[in-house]
Amino acid sequence: MWKWLHPYAKPEASYQLAGKFVPWFSVFAVVCFAVGLVWGLAFAPADYQQGDSFRIIYIHVPSAILSMGAYSSMAVAAFIGLVWQIKQADMYVAAVAPVGAVFTFIALFTGAAWGKPMWGAWWVWDARLTSELILLFLYLGVIALYNAFSDKTMAGRAAGILSLVGVINLPIIHYSVEWWNTLHQGATITKFDKPSIDTDMLWPLLLNIAAFTFFLGAVSLVRFRTELLRREQRRPWVQQLINRHSQARG
Amino acid sequence: MQFESVSDFLAMGGYAFYVWLAFGVSAAAMIAIVVDSIVKRNAIFKSVARQSARQQRVKAAKEVTERL
Repeated sequence: MWKWLHPYAKPEASYQLAGKFVPWFSVFAVVCFAVGLVWGLAFAPADYQQGDSFRIIYIHVPSAILSMGAYSSMAVAAFIGLVWQIKQADMYVAAVAPVGAVFTFIALFTGAAWGKPMWGAWWVWDARLTSELILLFLYLGVIALYNAFSDKTMAGRAAGILSLVGVINLPIIHYSVEWWNTLHQGATITKFDKPSIDTDMLWPLLLNIAAFTFFLGAVSLVRFRTELLRREQRRPWVQQLINRHSQARG
Repeated sequence: MQFESVSDFLAMGGYAFYVWLAFGVSAAAMIAIVVDSIVKRNAIFKSVARQSARQQRVKAAKEVTERL
């Protein structure tokens, strides 16, 4: 039933397939950002308690959700890479980690810029903030481990094991606001209940979450293709592809 | 529209510094990762093209020396 997937394990086929998604993801990301940010910044109503400072939510929540989403996808790829030894899975781990690290940084930074006017502090060592900071270190660890080995099969294995070990941090981040006393508010939309946010504020938020998702897809696929070319550069298909490319440019 | 004017919009109800700091740094970080990804992609294209050009030169030189 799933045999149609097999041809995509060929490096050239996965390179071409990834390339087909990049322009679409990029266009969707730009459109969702344009609409979502204008809507969120200018048209959504101000919060009755936090005034206009709440508008930071439109990058803080999407980047925080996707910092964990990117990590989940990286861990799934790491598992596939370790168990079935599909090298493209390791390349995806290396490709997505820097994007996830950027999202985690954005979540932490926008949280600080929101925390200062609302809590009176840029940073507090509470469970949500600390576990998100550990997520950033996990990403940096995965990137560093992958770059530390010149044998990329070993590098993929090492980075994959760290990715899998770090999965324990995801439920800790998510439930930190329930398990421990914290300044950080509880979940508003990522729960099984009805979202506790007004629909006028929710729609632009969902658009921005979509924008971050497409951005993550586009950038990590570009990086995946680069990694694929780097590791396969001695193979004829890469040589042919790049010769065709430089001829087309003249 | 929640704001009366452009300056009203930029003032963000008194939270201008925090809101624009958050949006500015986030935009900078996202632009940086996009630029980095494109630069790395172009670099690998160039290095592979250079290597294959070199291989062809080596091959051509070998053919010349064999004929001698």
